[in-house]
Amino acid sequence: MYIRATGNISPQKTFGHPPFLSEPVEYSGNRLACIEPDYKGLIDAKLIRRMSRIIRMGVAAAMECLQEAGVTKPDAIVTGTAYGCMEDTGLFLTRMVEFNEELLTPTAFIQSTHNTIGAQIGLLLQCNNYNNAFVHRGFSFESALLDGMMLLKEKEATNVLVGAIDEITNISHAILNRMGLYKQGQVSNGELFKTIGIGTKGTIAGEGASFFLLANEPSATDYAKLEGLKTFYKPQGIEEIEAHISSFLAAQSIGLDEIDLIITGKNGDAKSDEIFAQLQHRIFSRSNLVNYKNLCGEYPTATAFALWLAANIIKSETMPTVLEYTGPKEKPIKRILIYDHYQSVHHSLLLISAC
Amino acid sequence: MNDPVFVAGTGIISAIGNNTAECLDALENSRAGIDNMQYFDSVHRQKIPVAEVKLDNVALAKLSGLANTKSRTALLSLVAAKEAISNAGIKNIAALRTGFISANSVGGMDKTEKFFAEFLSNNQRGKLRDVVHHECGSITELVADQLGIKDYVTTISTACSSSANAIFFGARLIKNNILDVVVAGGTDALTKFTLNGFNTLMILDEQFCQPFDENRRGLNLGEGAGYIVLVSEKVAAFLSKKPTVKLSGWCNANDAYHQTASSPDGNGSFLAMSGALKKSGLLPQDIDYINLHGTGTQNNDIAEGTAIKRLFDPQYPRMSSTKAFTGHTLGASGGIEAVFSILAIQQGIIYPNLRLQTPMKELPFMPVTDFIKNTNVKHVLSNSFGFGGNCSSLIFSKL
Amino acid sequence: MLDLKTQIIAQLNLQDLKPEDIANDQPLFVEGLGLDSIDALELIVLLQQSYKIKLSNADDGPKVFRSVRTMAEYITAHQAQNV
Repeated sequence: MYIRATGNISPQKTFGHPPFLSEPVEYSGNRLACIEPDYKGLIDAKLIRRMSRIIRMGVAAAMECLQEAGVTKPDAIVTGTAYGCMEDTGLFLTRMVEFNEELLTPTAFIQSTHNTIGAQIGLLLQCNNYNNAFVHRGFSFESALLDGMMLLKEKEATNVLVGAIDEITNISHAILNRMGLYKQGQVSNGELFKTIGIGTKGTIAGEGASFFLLANEPSATDYAKLEGLKTFYKPQGIEEIEAHISSFLAAQSIGLDEIDLIITGKNGDAKSDEIFAQLQHRIFSRSNLVNYKNLCGEYPTATAFALWLAANIIKSETMPTVLEYTGPKEKPIKRILIYDHYQSVHHSLLLISAC
Repeated sequence: MNDPVFVAGTGIISAIGNNTAECLDALENSRAGIDNMQYFDSVHRQKIPVAEVKLDNVALAKLSGLANTKSRTALLSLVAAKEAISNAGIKNIAALRTGFISANSVGGMDKTEKFFAEFLSNNQRGKLRDVVHHECGSITELVADQLGIKDYVTTISTACSSSANAIFFGARLIKNNILDVVVAGGTDALTKFTLNGFNTLMILDEQFCQPFDENRRGLNLGEGAGYIVLVSEKVAAFLSKKPTVKLSGWCNANDAYHQTASSPDGNGSFLAMSGALKKSGLLPQDIDYINLHGTGTQNNDIAEGTAIKRLFDPQYPRMSSTKAFTGHTLGASGGIEAVFSILAIQQGIIYPNLRLQTPMKELPFMPVTDFIKNTNVKHVLSNSFGFGGNCSSLIFSKL
Repeated sequence: MLDLKTQIIAQLNLQDLKPEDIANDQPLFVEGLGLDSIDALELIVLLQQSYKIKLSNADDGPKVFRSVRTMAEYITAHQAQNV
């Protein structure tokens, strides 16, 4: 199946298809926030007034993706979000506690529902087709993607809109910070894999809204082919991880030496990155690797940013400097493997190739 | 991809019983589970009736095997999922590619609420263990880990259609040869968040709800969990207890009308029901029973009723909403009602639509008001419609 | 009525509107300002919170919330009752 179009709102300049990561944005602190576009013209004014930030970002990224694809009503809309609409959830909870279950208004409650973004896209497009929402932590995006891929395979759809959306709010940042997810003290995303990142605990918080239009049939403007997807849950040790990677590649009838680039989900947390470090000395020892979470931060659906990155590397045939790619420059990148894991629990593999 | 997917087992816990046998007994004897709040704590205690599972968290923990400090949503889920697996009688589940596809609407919100009261006074306060399972997916993992399922684990949340979507997603994972066995369904515990949310919409009935009644006033919230075990043809062949029911059709469609309200002509419901019929290769007249979404709100029942009229007129199957027994269990309702639909086929029974006094004047048909025994039920349509226009229908068929 | 308009704009997050954009007799729902059933529920809370008026029957909504003027009249009538 083919990635026909993308729409991406992230902490980098990605919306509106600007030059591909040519001006990386640096942040200080352990929280990267999305660069939001001007929503006028993208979302109906009557609908936007009720939308929280994440809903606006999700809907706008989806609209950009559909516009690029030239599709007005996709055959299916499938979203993935680990946390859902945190801002609305926090708003309703706060008011509920403060007013002791009285004087509550419906808007935040309604919009806090996990399928709100997919539903709002459907509503805006007046699209009666399949609409589903996956909410499984670090598998949310991968589950949505699998649903979309199966719909294409089942011939239930000729094109599907698949997206991932997660936001970080003041409340969720405060709580996740207390849980020890993020680095403390002087931090900047540009230095994540350098001096300050080495061997310390924690990552940096991120967020994003990334949508993809997948289609059964190729078109002249496709980004890339989506060859395969695999997830595995709570593997016991590095041998099992390697076995999953090998069986995934075997199922695709492909060897690691045929992969031009591996994008890994290194995030700066010493324990989390240990897996990638080990693989670099084992199965990935002869591979060209780049990382991406210095660009978008860590969040459960960050793999969607990696897929956007891979699709753009293949389509644009350029390697952004910020990725610090050290492989052979003369060799075109035709096939990319994404290997990511979220908190060592949710692991995923994605294979993308040039059309 | 054209191989059938069989139902090998069912499990349930709801306000009318802690297992299948207890629920069936309550259904047969018209014993609704709605009452004043006993276990659940809210300022609306005296005003808003709910359909609670009649066990506190300590008892549920004992029954399930999880610690009683865990979210009630997970405790309910584990009780019903364990019953479904033991009912299926699959001996070598570890040797098969097995998945757990669960739905819920607000994850560990019951615990988050507790955390939040303290957190708001000072963001360094509140026990983190109360918020660590806030995410919907975290509830699923607590249960999957107890069940020993790890080949595929995911969570769906599309409001009140969530677990219907989980069930057909599970079936598709089998059809696509990704899994052999799937435990699919959903769970939800009562939370202040949802109770107050629905209360702001002014659709909670302060009396016992009356779905599909001309004078219906709204819905009663409930809690519980319902799961079914789906297996491939290959697995079914090896089971000592042969499956008698298959999932023959499903469809999800979007109403695309309003974030919470259903369209007056029930377009989304119509598309879901007709899509499920098409998938199953059945005609409207083949359906023997419809388990209605039937929440008891003005808006849902007229939209659903209108869609049924459009699709089935003039020959209506028997139908009822079991929410008059269990309350509206939100993310669990599709799972609980799938279990009721399967039992209807297996036992040859149809459930009464309790408290229905005056039929809706706009509709030329009326749901069943008595418990019917010894009747042939071959094909059952189960409806689940949710916020965001999310409409799903499942069809279960006798083999 | 100016205060009421400001409150409505804030409660319903009508970002692009100023109080003077809403005429006293302009219909608030559908063909007028384009409000819907969720807005009606928001306005019920507005009455309760700012004016201590409880509209217990949602069916009264369409009548009370027809325009800013009908809302203001309802508030005046019910505040008098409360005194």
